[in-house]
Amino acid sequence: MSARSRARRTSLPLGLVLPAAALLALALAYPLGRQVVLSLQSFGLAQQFGAPPEWVGIQNYRDLVGDSYLWTVVLRTVIFCFVNAALTLGIGMGIAVLMTKMTSWVRIAAQCGLLLAWAMPVVAAMIVWQFLFDTEYGAVNAVLTWWGGDYESHSWLASPMSFFAVATLIVVWMSVPFVVFTLYAALTQVSDDVVEAAEIDGAGGWQRFVHVVLPSIRPVLLVVLLLQLIWDLRVFTQIYTLQKAGGITRDTNLLGTYIYSLGIKGGDFGTAAAAAMFMLALTVVVTAPYIRMMLKQED
Amino acid sequence: MATPGRRRTSTPLWLTANAVGLAVLLVCIFPVYWMISRSTLPNNRIRTKDQTWLPLNPTNDNYGRVLDGDGFRNALTTSLAVTLMTVAVALLFAFLAAVAVSRFRFRGRASFIMTLLLIQMIPAEGLFISQYKMLEGMSLLNSVFGLTLVYVASVLPFTVWTLRGFVDGVPMELEEAAMMDGCSRLRAFFTVTLPLLAPGLVATGLFGFIQAWNEFTLALVVMTDPAKETLPVWLIGFSESRSRGVDWGAIMASSTLITIPVIVFFLIVQRRMVAGLTAGAVKG
Repeated sequence: MSARSRARRTSLPLGLVLPAAALLALALAYPLGRQVVLSLQSFGLAQQFGAPPEWVGIQNYRDLVGDSYLWTVVLRTVIFCFVNAALTLGIGMGIAVLMTKMTSWVRIAAQCGLLLAWAMPVVAAMIVWQFLFDTEYGAVNAVLTWWGGDYESHSWLASPMSFFAVATLIVVWMSVPFVVFTLYAALTQVSDDVVEAAEIDGAGGWQRFVHVVLPSIRPVLLVVLLLQLIWDLRVFTQIYTLQKAGGITRDTNLLGTYIYSLGIKGGDFGTAAAAAMFMLALTVVVTAPYIRMMLKQED
Repeated sequence: MATPGRRRTSTPLWLTANAVGLAVLLVCIFPVYWMISRSTLPNNRIRTKDQTWLPLNPTNDNYGRVLDGDGFRNALTTSLAVTLMTVAVALLFAFLAAVAVSRFRFRGRASFIMTLLLIQMIPAEGLFISQYKMLEGMSLLNSVFGLTLVYVASVLPFTVWTLRGFVDGVPMELEEAAMMDGCSRLRAFFTVTLPLLAPGLVATGLFGFIQAWNEFTLALVVMTDPAKETLPVWLIGFSESRSRGVDWGAIMASSTLITIPVIVFFLIVQRRMVAGLTAGAVKG
């Protein structure tokens, strides 16, 4: 091969990748670097009138770490993430397993329902659920009152616990379909022969599930779990809209909404950037096992 | 594929399974049913303690009010502009990158693929502060171009990944056969491979459309001027402001209008999405 054509062979693919790489560098890599700089600067009243930001070193990080509120929010975020991921996976797994036992028309009907819930835009879903839990005209209060409960004009978003219960219900409702479809697809791939062999060896239904079915869908299960953890860690829209609908912001902030209220609403971009670095660090910690797994595959 | 349920299932398990199936159907469908049915009722029948479960005597007044209002139409224009530009740019850039990754072995290929996978894990909430400052510096706040820029970046990794799968699926031999017959490499690609990729481009484009159309967080951050809101941001504002508790009919009608295109497109790409999301995550 001539030197000229070898040069062409390497420059053509690089040229093809260039637009995508350049755009990602501009819209993601540059802000990431910029964020580190921002987190070392202070933004106050003077900066709103055009003064350049002041260098404060790691003062923003010091302030955050010293503020017990940050730790409350971080803890809340992590708990919310784990509870939601666990519930989503548990419920999704249960439905997926039972799906293999359903009469076919029931299964198809359930799949259609799940597909509809999955397709629902997050904002539309939030609006409808808010309406269902509305204090005055919500269907939930109407049904509970009709059943004899004392739910006339009950406000679901007033206390933090009840706020997070509603948020969890909505997040799980929206996330379960993906888990069910993925796990059901994996379950149908489990070899019937192996399961039958275990049955002949005298394994009961539960034993077959734990020792044969579960190990064979393990890779899919792991991926779904990690995706779910990532998604539930970054939950923003649901919390933000519920806060707008009547939650007490300070008692219900998760990291995403906290960063938003610090930076975009409060104008304190330095502290917000530092808090955002916490969010990125938390993502790395949660997804580290997954990234290690990927790196191993790449080698 | 193994047929599930071929082995004999005990009666109690069978009953439980089917009961759960019907419960799942109900829980999934009810909110959607409620949204659509309330959107066809006048407000005096929504704002009552005894709810009508069946929407008898429906009306399209709510839809009329929404479609006549400036808010919805403004937001629709912005949403369409941002979404269509995002899809067009993302598809073009991703297509080129997918061809490079699938058809060539070059230095930096593996790290490019790794970077794409890692980028997908970055939460928007961890970066929107500095993206806001960047767009502010470029005078692209409240601009469809600014929002498109950050949207393309967020859909690009998945788009490249999915398209790469489609390009991989078209055998090199077809192109080589065309080149034997005297086609140039470029021509062979455009006449043989590209037509076979059309379904993949459509599916990936629809996926990008759904993403950009639904996105809320970045739109909220970038479009701070109420006149520049996208549909999701407008809808949340609409539901919380003057109309809260007053005009639920119009709120439900707007939600339904925003949902319809998504459901239609979603049904088309759904099969590929299950495969894409997990394949993108599993394969190196």
